[in-house]
Amino acid sequence: MSNTKFSKEHEWITLDGEVGTIGITKHATEMLGDIVFAELPEKGSNVEKDGTAGVVESTKAASDVYTPVSGEVVEINQSIVDDPSKINADPEGGAWFFKLKLKDKSELDTLMNKEEYDKFAKETSA
Amino acid sequence: MNVKKTALYELHKKHNAKFVEFAGYSMPIQYSEGIVKEHNITRNKSGIFDVSHMGQLFIKYSDDITDKLQEILPTDLKNLKINQSKYSFLMKENGGIYDDLIITRMKDQYMIILNAACKQNDLQIIKNKLNDQNLDMNNDLSLIAIQGPESKTILENVVSNVSKLKFMNGGNFSFKNNEIFITRSGYTGEDGFEISLPNKVAISFVEELILKGSTLIGLAARDTLRLEAGLCLYGHDINENTSPVEANLKWAISKNRINDNFIGSQEIKKQIEEGVSKLRVGIKPETRVIARESTKIFDEKDNEIGKVTSGTFGPSVNASIAMGYISNSHSKTDTKVFLEVRGKKVPANVCDLPFYKKSYVKGEANV
Repeated sequence: MSNTKFSKEHEWITLDGEVGTIGITKHATEMLGDIVFAELPEKGSNVEKDGTAGVVESTKAASDVYTPVSGEVVEINQSIVDDPSKINADPEGGAWFFKLKLKDKSELDTLMNKEEYDKFAKETSA
Repeated sequence: MNVKKTALYELHKKHNAKFVEFAGYSMPIQYSEGIVKEHNITRNKSGIFDVSHMGQLFIKYSDDITDKLQEILPTDLKNLKINQSKYSFLMKENGGIYDDLIITRMKDQYMIILNAACKQNDLQIIKNKLNDQNLDMNNDLSLIAIQGPESKTILENVVSNVSKLKFMNGGNFSFKNNEIFITRSGYTGEDGFEISLPNKVAISFVEELILKGSTLIGLAARDTLRLEAGLCLYGHDINENTSPVEANLKWAISKNRINDNFIGSQEIKKQIEEGVSKLRVGIKPETRVIARESTKIFDEKDNEIGKVTSGTFGPSVNASIAMGYISNSHSKTDTKVFLEVRGKKVPANVCDLPFYKKSYVKGEANV
């Protein structure tokens, strides 16, 4: 995941051409516990950087999912809605949330790389 | 105020518990397995719960003790057999509930198990009623529950003859030369036992249960288990402003006490005769969305008709489940309602409780 970037809200994004794939980090799933519900943005909708773009609920509580960049939702991962436990099992792989056609690639520059995120996650959870 | 610890605190720590403060105690909310696994272990095998934060109140018998207790509990205590337990309520004047409890008639005393958050207030109320006689809120005792289908065999390996106990019955047993009291009861909808034993042997007792195949389970899974079983959580599903009739717990008021006098009895009698305006029901959302406590309930014409009091995702029923109070006119099974979650109206249906079918075992004989 060398071209993967991370947000302070614990989302990751991997860019492939114009399209970014977005999910939540392993660290986020460990904090949330067993995820039992996921809600995704609608395909075709536009989302704004740092705006809410979904919800995950664990047995404990509900948490908003934010989008790390702006863009148009071009694909959603229905399989995690049907079986939210996949998010705990493979958060940074098969359990991606949605794909965005990016509005402004320069927004990626505001995000952290893997090393920076790991440090951030460690500090904020300590 | 200092946070209290139970006698099992160090053992919880050793098993990587995550702690949460609950009713002034530091209690394990979950262990490393996580809530869903812990839930399933209890349903499929056996789980151990530290419930030592709950109150264990002992009241020695005297001439008028049963009469006086019957003034505050709507339960027929006169026909309660030795070692038999009943679910009951500490009643309030308005017909509301100060606490829900389990009372057991022991050989020379009553034992009452009280909710942790209510126990000090309960003690005051009971003390006032009984003029302070022979009350003992015993803090030298731990309370351990073992629940799930394999619990009978596991506990039998540690305490012989315990599997002969009938549901809602108890008996005296021993562990390492200490007298312990065990009832066949619980709060998960599974067959199981609750063990009252001295603090000093609590850790070694639980370690033996673990060795024989049971697993420590946290309070979070206890909550999903009890909600699937349709059981009320005090302070949420019942409180000082809900009566046993409104809570759909009329069965716990002894039939021969309905026309008797106890605190709140006039209101209860009136509610039974004239009906109630709201009723506790089960609610099943049509999607996986979770309707948590305080979620508003609407009818098809968008009128607000009630509120959710508990809601979670039930791992054994693989669905979102909730219970709450709803206007009596909408309380029939299969009535379509709508739950307002994050601004959206989620369709749901009123349903029968429990969500998960109970598997209580009757037991073989009295001991």
